[in-house]
Amino acid sequence: MTVQHTGTAGQDLERIDGVAKVRGLAPYAYEHQVDNPLYLHPLQATISRGRIETIDTTQAQAAPGVVAVMTHLDAPRLAGTDDAELAILQSPAVGFRGQFIGAVLAETPEAARAAAALVRVEYTEEPHEAELRADRDDLYAPEQVNAGFPTDTRDGDPESAIAAAQVVVDQTYTTPFEHNNPMEPHTTVAQWVGDELVLHDSTQGVHPVRQTLAPVFGIAPEKIRVIAPNVGGGFGSKGVPHAHVVLTAMAAQRSNGRPVKYALTRQQMFFLAGYRTPTIQHVRLGADASGQLSGIIHDVIEQTSRIKEFAEQTAVPARMMYAAENRATSHRVAKLDVPVPSWMRAPGECPGMFGPEVAMDELAEACGIDPIELRVLNEPDIDPESGKPFASRHLVECLREGARRFGWADRDPQPRSRLVDGWYTGTGVASSTYPARRQTGNTARIRHDRAGRYSVQIGAVDIGTGAWTALTQIAAEALGCNAADIDLQIGDTDFPVATVAGGSTGTTSWGAAIIAAAQAFRDRHGDQPAVGAHAEGEAGENPAAQEYALHSFGAQFAEVQVHADTGEIRVSRMLGVFSAGRIINPRTARSQFLGGMTMGLGMALHENSVMDPRFGMIVNHDFAEYHIPTNADVRDMEAVWLDEVDEHAGKLGARGIGEIGIVGAAAAIANAAYHATGIRVRDLPLTADRFLA
Amino acid sequence: MKPFEFQRATDPSEAVATATADPGTRYLAGGTNLVDHLKLGITAPERLIDITRLPLDGIEELPDGGLRLGAMVRNSDLAAHPQVRSRYPVLSQALLSGASGQLRNAATTGGNLLQRTRCVYFQDVTTPCNKREPGSGCSALGGYTRYHAILGASEHCLAVNPSDMSVALAALDAHVTVLGTDGERSIPVTEFHRLPGDEPNRDTVLEHGDLITAVELPALPAGTRSAYRKVRDRASYAFALVSVAAVVDFEDDGGAGTSAGPPTFGTVRLALGGVAHKPWRATVAEEALRGAPATEENIRQALEAELAQAVPLHDNAFKIPMARNTATAVLRELATGSGTGTPTPENREQP
Repeated sequence: MTVQHTGTAGQDLERIDGVAKVRGLAPYAYEHQVDNPLYLHPLQATISRGRIETIDTTQAQAAPGVVAVMTHLDAPRLAGTDDAELAILQSPAVGFRGQFIGAVLAETPEAARAAAALVRVEYTEEPHEAELRADRDDLYAPEQVNAGFPTDTRDGDPESAIAAAQVVVDQTYTTPFEHNNPMEPHTTVAQWVGDELVLHDSTQGVHPVRQTLAPVFGIAPEKIRVIAPNVGGGFGSKGVPHAHVVLTAMAAQRSNGRPVKYALTRQQMFFLAGYRTPTIQHVRLGADASGQLSGIIHDVIEQTSRIKEFAEQTAVPARMMYAAENRATSHRVAKLDVPVPSWMRAPGECPGMFGPEVAMDELAEACGIDPIELRVLNEPDIDPESGKPFASRHLVECLREGARRFGWADRDPQPRSRLVDGWYTGTGVASSTYPARRQTGNTARIRHDRAGRYSVQIGAVDIGTGAWTALTQIAAEALGCNAADIDLQIGDTDFPVATVAGGSTGTTSWGAAIIAAAQAFRDRHGDQPAVGAHAEGEAGENPAAQEYALHSFGAQFAEVQVHADTGEIRVSRMLGVFSAGRIINPRTARSQFLGGMTMGLGMALHENSVMDPRFGMIVNHDFAEYHIPTNADVRDMEAVWLDEVDEHAGKLGARGIGEIGIVGAAAAIANAAYHATGIRVRDLPLTADRFLA
Repeated sequence: MKPFEFQRATDPSEAVATATADPGTRYLAGGTNLVDHLKLGITAPERLIDITRLPLDGIEELPDGGLRLGAMVRNSDLAAHPQVRSRYPVLSQALLSGASGQLRNAATTGGNLLQRTRCVYFQDVTTPCNKREPGSGCSALGGYTRYHAILGASEHCLAVNPSDMSVALAALDAHVTVLGTDGERSIPVTEFHRLPGDEPNRDTVLEHGDLITAVELPALPAGTRSAYRKVRDRASYAFALVSVAAVVDFEDDGGAGTSAGPPTFGTVRLALGGVAHKPWRATVAEEALRGAPATEENIRQALEAELAQAVPLHDNAFKIPMARNTATAVLRELATGSGTGTPTPENREQP
């Protein structure tokens, strides 16, 4: 069967879950009605390293409404403790400030919280370290970095090439500690029914939660049911279950069968839900006078938690982005007494396209050429890293189309040359890229429910991206029917296995399974299936990935204004032009691109989790102090894409769009801020004080 | 949060009598600050007296031409009031630059005067804080101080007052009307908030049980101009890095923009926000500018003289040039009547 790209996929369909959501009828994890629940409030460590000597729960036990207080002294023993982030309450050891050391269960959330404040803990404190610095003497090379990439790479002799280059950029760029902060907090409702665990969880993947928790509790994965029909954002932080899921499920072992509900407070999310490591990026570029690159070196320093390693793959995009014969990248990591970092909004590409894309702007200026032309000049013929041809590389088209739409041709390259109503105004550009991966291990089930109506089941999760709608469209197209004839069922481990909504792989990976199921269904039942006919299909690897390098590309443009008196910085205009293969739903796709660009704006101007190393704690741990963009910060923002179908990206022709919108956005804004003011800021975020005269 | 008794006040004097007799009682108005504190464990009163039903939500003209603002007037209503907008634009602008629309709909005039610092250590009960727990120490000393004081701080406390409204009221020489067990008294806003000294737990001069009933705005001479300008880390919904409230008149009464050159300042009343434990009246600068030509140089020098007493902390030395530049811009714009840059282009909330 070939999928005809003339079907319902590609149509501008409204979100099918939209009406329920705006009416408040779409249940999120905490809102599922369960009988007679108990409410959990955690106890958290107030030291960064050491051990609990005494923990006095007497007062808390006696507080009104309290049913149980659980600590390491009496918590259930976990069967699997290999993952130190999840192995909570198993010993008196404290690995970071804010770590769970217990929980109160009570009849109301208020009673649980009030009682938690009555628990007295005495510690033996050990010296802790919580500050990432480039001059630490204990930086180490991890075995590999996130997503299985090599820690270091080296081609040719970049040091010599750069030493001999006519033009050199040699600078250090930094990105700060950042927290994902989805609007819906991490939430788990847990209940043991016999020997089965039922979880209503705010997660990016129901089957991944089950697979992760099964060994922790020593039960078969089939004994865990995870339900997540609607999720209010994850941005990577709900990609793997964090310790709160374990805590809630443990507490539910002490609740006499009653369900236990727990939603993290916003403050708790700064300790317990993952985050992006700060990065210190040393970038060296060598080029001839025309701008032709001869050497690229990207050396990254970042952190992980002493209790568990997560090494972000920050230097990975520098391996494939531009043609240069001599290239080297490295990652060095500090183990600190801090919470465990994790996936956040395009891990790797997002921070890793900040330093190098600002460096490219600096190189363009040093060579006296336009930053777009510099990128075009260094466009590789094949993937510099793998040596494979690109399945589709339309970076130059994105840059050219963006330049046309943005009015780039009129740009005076001279910095600090436009003062408009008291605001220095400038423009900047940066490239964007994100790999196109397809996850294996997805199965979909199709059943002919009644004449012309099909139920389509897969354990996918819509984290707000539009998966409900896009998968419905894909199923309709694959079956040759209308979207209205599809009854999509997702977000439940009772449905066939599905991979995480992460890495921009959801739509393509789940969609491939749906297409495979439709093919199996038609093969078995033909075009006139009986009611009750059903079939399953499983998607394998994309065979084209053996022959081709599969990446999406984009061009980010920004116009920035900096107030001449106060230094305030605002982004007055943003344009993103993306090449991401086929777009399944232009309406939800546009939302995702704009959302990514908005997060890029936040990364550029606002987001900064401030670590106070004395306490080992992020101190600005709420939405009043940790800034993300408000509506007033997002002004003229536009996202467009090239009309394309990637014939090497499977039958769907799509490459995934979840993350590319953020990549490069911060660099474009930083480059525009330089053009506006003549002040080159290499450390994010770009705040008013950096531009004061 | 700790359970508490809740009662609703119907009479101001009764509320004052009840609260004064019981140190565990707190007033509840809009709740936009207090409810957060209850959740975070910053305060744990035994009893809350809801004062929102008291008949204190009117705005009246005073015989001398001033305005009396009831303590329960919501920030949104106050900002939108025609007399406030036309005669006291500095106040309207200050109110609209604070918080969000939803919060302004709930927050009251009296409550805004009493909002407490946003110092991150004050707000986290796991860290020492002299303001929250006297004698426990100041965690901001040697800590994160981007939003902290450059003027009037003490070794016991580096916190700043977060209110925008109070900065405008300080520049307007407004008075706070307070009801205590001995009856009503009037306190100038400039003396209402305290510097921290060795009692940072006390934000204001109020005694326990005192109830703010009104704020009185004095009449302003004809030709007075005023403006509020807030500099913050994002375009909306952020506390001030630095803010400036200015109320000025001119000797030549026409002010501005004549071809003869800059006008001459008459009275200058200038208050800075985001820089101290209280709205900071820039009296040194005011004195230097009284009767002086409103030139860029004069204004800048006056601000530099004012800020010569500033003591920057690790993260906030930028506030000195930022305060100087912002105040200079506001006074320049009031003098020239240009107004550009006072409302930032994206600040659609400005009236």
